[in-house]
Amino acid sequence: MAANDIQVVVEGSDLPRRLKDKLYETLDAKGIDDVETATDVKEAVEERYLDTRVDPLDPVGTVSAQSIGEPGTQMTMNTFHYAGVAEIDVTQGLPRLIELVDARKTPDTPMMTVHVDPEFVQERLDAENDDGYTERDVAHEIVWQIEATRILALGDVSTNVADMLVRIDLNEETLDERWPTVGTTAEVTAEIAETIESKLDVSTVEPDDATIEFGPEEPSYRGLLQLVEELREIVFKGIDDVSRVVIRKEQTEDPDTDDEEFVLYTEGSAFGKVLDIDGVDASRTTCNNIHEIYRQLGVEAARETIINETMNTLEEQGLGDVNIRHLMLVADMMTNPGTIESIGRHGISGNKDSVLARAAFEVTVNHLLDAAIHGEVDDLDGVTENVIVGKPIKLGTGDVTLRMGSRPDTESESAD
Amino acid sequence: MSVNSSPKEIGSLSFGLMNPEEYREMSATKVITADTYDDDGFPIDMGLMDPRLGVIDPGLECKTCGKHSGSCNGHFGHIELAAPVIHVGFSKLIRRLLRGTCRECSRLCLTEDERDEFRDNLERTRQLGDDLNDVTKAAIRQARKKNRCPFCGEKQYDINHEKPTTYYEVQDVLSADYTDRIAAAMEGRPVGDEEEGDVDREAQSPTQVADKTGIDASRISEILSGEFRPRPDDRKALEKALNVDLTEEDMNKLMPSDIRDWFENIPDEDIRVLGISAEKSRPEWMILTVLPVPPVTARPSITLDNGQRSEDDLTHKLVDIIRINQRFMENREAGAPQLIIEDLWELLQYHVTTFMDNEISGTPPARHRSGRPLKTLSQRLKGKEGRFRGSLSGKRVNFSARTVISPDPTLSLNEVGVPDRVATEMTQTMNVTERNITEARRYVQNGPEGHPGANYVKRPDGRRLKVTEKNCEELSEKVEPGWEVNRHLIDGDIVIFNRQPSLHRMSIMAHEVVVMPYKTFRLNTVVCPPYNADFDGDEMNMHALQNEEARAEARVLMRVQEQILSPRMGLNIIGAIQDHISGTYLLTHENPHFNETQALDLLRATRVDELPEPDGENDEGVPYWTGRSIFSELLPPGLDLEFSSSTGDTVLIEDGTLVEGTVDEDAVGAFGGEVVDTICKQYSTTRARMFINEVATLAMRAIMHFGFSVGIDDESVPNEAEEQIGEAIDNAYERVAELIETYEAGDLESLPGRTVDETLEMKIMQTLGKARDSAGDIADEFLEDDNPAVVMARSGARGSMLNLTQMAGCVGQQAVRGERINRGYEDRTLSHYPRDDLSADAHGFVESSYRSGLTPREFFFHAMGGREGLVDTAVRTSKSGYLQRRLINALSELETQYDGTVRDTSDTIVQFEFGEDGTSPVKVSSDEENDIDVDGIADAVLEAEFGDDGEEFLTDTQTNLSEQMDNFIAGDD
Repeated sequence: MAANDIQVVVEGSDLPRRLKDKLYETLDAKGIDDVETATDVKEAVEERYLDTRVDPLDPVGTVSAQSIGEPGTQMTMNTFHYAGVAEIDVTQGLPRLIELVDARKTPDTPMMTVHVDPEFVQERLDAENDDGYTERDVAHEIVWQIEATRILALGDVSTNVADMLVRIDLNEETLDERWPTVGTTAEVTAEIAETIESKLDVSTVEPDDATIEFGPEEPSYRGLLQLVEELREIVFKGIDDVSRVVIRKEQTEDPDTDDEEFVLYTEGSAFGKVLDIDGVDASRTTCNNIHEIYRQLGVEAARETIINETMNTLEEQGLGDVNIRHLMLVADMMTNPGTIESIGRHGISGNKDSVLARAAFEVTVNHLLDAAIHGEVDDLDGVTENVIVGKPIKLGTGDVTLRMGSRPDTESESAD
Repeated sequence: MSVNSSPKEIGSLSFGLMNPEEYREMSATKVITADTYDDDGFPIDMGLMDPRLGVIDPGLECKTCGKHSGSCNGHFGHIELAAPVIHVGFSKLIRRLLRGTCRECSRLCLTEDERDEFRDNLERTRQLGDDLNDVTKAAIRQARKKNRCPFCGEKQYDINHEKPTTYYEVQDVLSADYTDRIAAAMEGRPVGDEEEGDVDREAQSPTQVADKTGIDASRISEILSGEFRPRPDDRKALEKALNVDLTEEDMNKLMPSDIRDWFENIPDEDIRVLGISAEKSRPEWMILTVLPVPPVTARPSITLDNGQRSEDDLTHKLVDIIRINQRFMENREAGAPQLIIEDLWELLQYHVTTFMDNEISGTPPARHRSGRPLKTLSQRLKGKEGRFRGSLSGKRVNFSARTVISPDPTLSLNEVGVPDRVATEMTQTMNVTERNITEARRYVQNGPEGHPGANYVKRPDGRRLKVTEKNCEELSEKVEPGWEVNRHLIDGDIVIFNRQPSLHRMSIMAHEVVVMPYKTFRLNTVVCPPYNADFDGDEMNMHALQNEEARAEARVLMRVQEQILSPRMGLNIIGAIQDHISGTYLLTHENPHFNETQALDLLRATRVDELPEPDGENDEGVPYWTGRSIFSELLPPGLDLEFSSSTGDTVLIEDGTLVEGTVDEDAVGAFGGEVVDTICKQYSTTRARMFINEVATLAMRAIMHFGFSVGIDDESVPNEAEEQIGEAIDNAYERVAELIETYEAGDLESLPGRTVDETLEMKIMQTLGKARDSAGDIADEFLEDDNPAVVMARSGARGSMLNLTQMAGCVGQQAVRGERINRGYEDRTLSHYPRDDLSADAHGFVESSYRSGLTPREFFFHAMGGREGLVDTAVRTSKSGYLQRRLINALSELETQYDGTVRDTSDTIVQFEFGEDGTSPVKVSSDEENDIDVDGIADAVLEAEFGDDGEEFLTDTQTNLSEQMDNFIAGDD
């Protein structure tokens, strides 16, 4: 009964969820069960919380912009730095921050972090039921479904000019490794040969299990070389855009256990395709391309990604002390219309209502000419416009109409 | 339109094109003379400097408004253009309209249904606030597809646009060699450049052709001989009969006057579909028939030293336009040939074009006599120094001062030392009343040169009088209540102080004035971090506030003590720096003893004037005080804290007493010093200000007491250490050599996802990195704990152990682009090394320490690494500056509301609760540890319940009424 009353007390407060939960925890830990004490504690916490709330009319936008922009001056320009995974180069520092704020269609170095579904791993292990078959093997199976396999990775390509033939000597070990589920080498070779036939429009012969030979229809030296060129581009397995995958064994996110799991890091990204692969844990797999996230998971996920990516970029530069609320505001502003909008001329600043604000930012003359044609009216609501015409800005102290001790306008006029 | 009255406050601005009729009406004068001034230096009537356009020379009277220079804003005039010309800015839109409307009836070439659809679409986009151009462009594209006008059925031709301002209609006309073509076709030969075998045709006799086409056979022979040009109908019939194309494309130039006539007929409802406002901007107004002449005040002429007048770029351009315009008219009246008229027309177009925009691609810019391109209308608006960003968004202000800054530790952090010559120049307005009349009279009496004097007085009738040395005595007696006195700055006035670049709000703070001799602004060193200032020649700006509202806001919101906490991280940004930290470290690290004189001397610049109970007595029975208890005197009573310091020990503060631990950067430093941060959040900003001030003075006393200096000998290590360092480096060299050997033998195993070369590089880098670290460890080991450089590094005052390692041990690997140095000559970095030498020293490993000095080769590599850093900084400042500008521009309109939502100024909700929980980033950092301490609060409440004096905890809230707090606290002590 007391627990119920306490719940009523806590839920009735103005506290955010996070603090309510914390309050329950604390009350529990301290063994407080009488409603009066609980109310006292609640009120004290509430008072403290209300104390730390943002003031109404606080120009939070400018403050957030400054809080992100100012550390920008302390960041390095060095594009490449080894982040997290030593094997994969990721754009870091100021260039990455600019890239995020610009909402580029593709980042400089696209990358994905793919988590393996533990249930899938268990299923596979059970199915194989073999001591030699480990979690790592399961992870590798997934890797080969992601990483683009091109011919050079599978074997040697040689040209026989005399017979006008392209000869591929496949490496059996590699085939076994990359097609773990297919039985014999001959089958894999046949599969590869089929791909080549369909992609290059040639007919192939397989002199033995691991060799494929084919040539141009009409013997021509140029045609032969062309075939080899085209052959190199063919993706036999995996996703085109992913050029490399690195496997790492990492501690699971659960801090209570020492469990480890395999995490795959990819160079190049194809988020949608990866999510469709069996064994990929779609709930934890991420990508550093906000547009891909937006397409696959929607704006809210994109917003979250913007926050995470900017925070990571800042942390990597030793600027992790920037309050995350500033990043949230930027992300919310960028995703406000329901799509991703960049910060700058092509996005938020270019779509402002006010002609003057747009003209004062960039491409001044064009904005003025367009405004004339469309017969636009600037209502002077924003900040920049009011600076230009010399009126007080409707932010902070400029937004307050309440004055201490003043009478309503009509009265003060008659009093004068 | 009323010219004389300008509104007091602008409610909204409406944009549109101007009707030439309206323009003529409001024009002050027609301008017909290309000259400016006559021989006597008076403006010529109906010339470009006509006094009706406004006046710039002092003494002259404006003929339109009767005001004098300074108060007359100027009036527009006009030039009647001899022939219409195109406005360059709209050349693209003109092209679109030409393409989308009918050449005959001028209607938009869309069926009623299509038009309605686009209109609805446009309305929707407008409501959604999306780009209108997408819709209008689609409409034009649709209209352009039509070959015939859906209304009058006229055939439509394609429009070619030759940038910037020429338009052609592409029409099919009879080709020049039509006779040959017909003849060839009739003989069954291939025609023109048709490929062989492409068209099969039989030879036909003229009679056959005549039958098919219905044209007389005789007419056909006439056509064949070239005596008769076939009419379009005949041409078509012939083409059909002979299966031959007789046309070729021809460009028919559209003159601006044609275009104007064309546009005049476009109905209003049609242009609305294209997003054009029919009321404000008729499309024909894009073709100018009358040119506005900006007022003289917008293009003032400058009188040079030799008395010659130098005209503004715009005036030059207008002179050109008038000249050509005049010539055009004369030629036309004289009946000059069409060719000459067209040339002049083009020339007029060129001048009007460059008058508007002188940076059009494809057009040579109009140049000044000196060869400099003219700055015309567009150029005046554009860019950083343009009208919008340079003059409207950023304005120049009065009551501002700028000079070099220098440090003054005796000032409070709230204060700024203002040079007397600045204080006597900048004034504050004082409203004289009965209560301050004696003061006011005294200020005036002191005159403009004596320090707390006055520069101007204003009588109740609004007349402003300058106070001079001569009239000050006399004037001071006249001052009565109701007057205004502009008195000099005095101690205690509030001013705004700023250092550029103003990257965050702490770059502009309010300080209290302390008037001082000499020429620099003086500030306390603890405010250097927020301004990012140092004293190597930095200059700062000061602004004196001019009304009571601004002064109140500055005092309550902008004063330095209100800005101790940075909203970026929710921690203090003002705190002890550099020597202050060394000082507190020396004072508290080994907890030294002080006798009474020493202790009092340490505390003499603080409020503390009585020492606490001594901590003990020495062997001779003289009482002593420890460093920590002296430091504790500055702490507010009731402060409890526990944290680990950057020195490595645990700092424990109980009830305002430092029990144990070293006070260093983590305790009192700027950027998150625990103690400062806690005092600021739990007590008040006033208390925090007092604490920081006192810590700074105490630390300065302490550091002076112990003495603190760094010399080159402080970085030297004994021979023994040098040998060890040499050994460590030799070891690393050996390991590198081994690595190279395995690599060359081809035995090096590559790391996953790396090539062998990359692996080798990484391993070498790693080995050499370790070598430097071990050199550092050795140096560290041999450096004494009381070594000043070590003290600075440990306490966090300045420098790091890495800096020390480089000075005493080994500088280490130099890097360019994150790799060892690989550039220079072919296959080697310098000609001192063999080709393909992979060894450490050939790729920029610096074995020497800074103290021992670098070898020439090392020095060179070091310079390479250093240069990269410099370039990086230069590039970074511009990039991050632009990022900041964009961010601020995008977010500047966001504000929290009373309901907790974050909205922009058009009331669009961006967040329902700022940062998801409505917590201010100033008061709470996002750090887990700094969240609201529910546990602690619960403890406090429990204690309050069972104890007796737990009340205090909750009453300790912050206040902005710092003035009262000041008195309260000052009175307390």
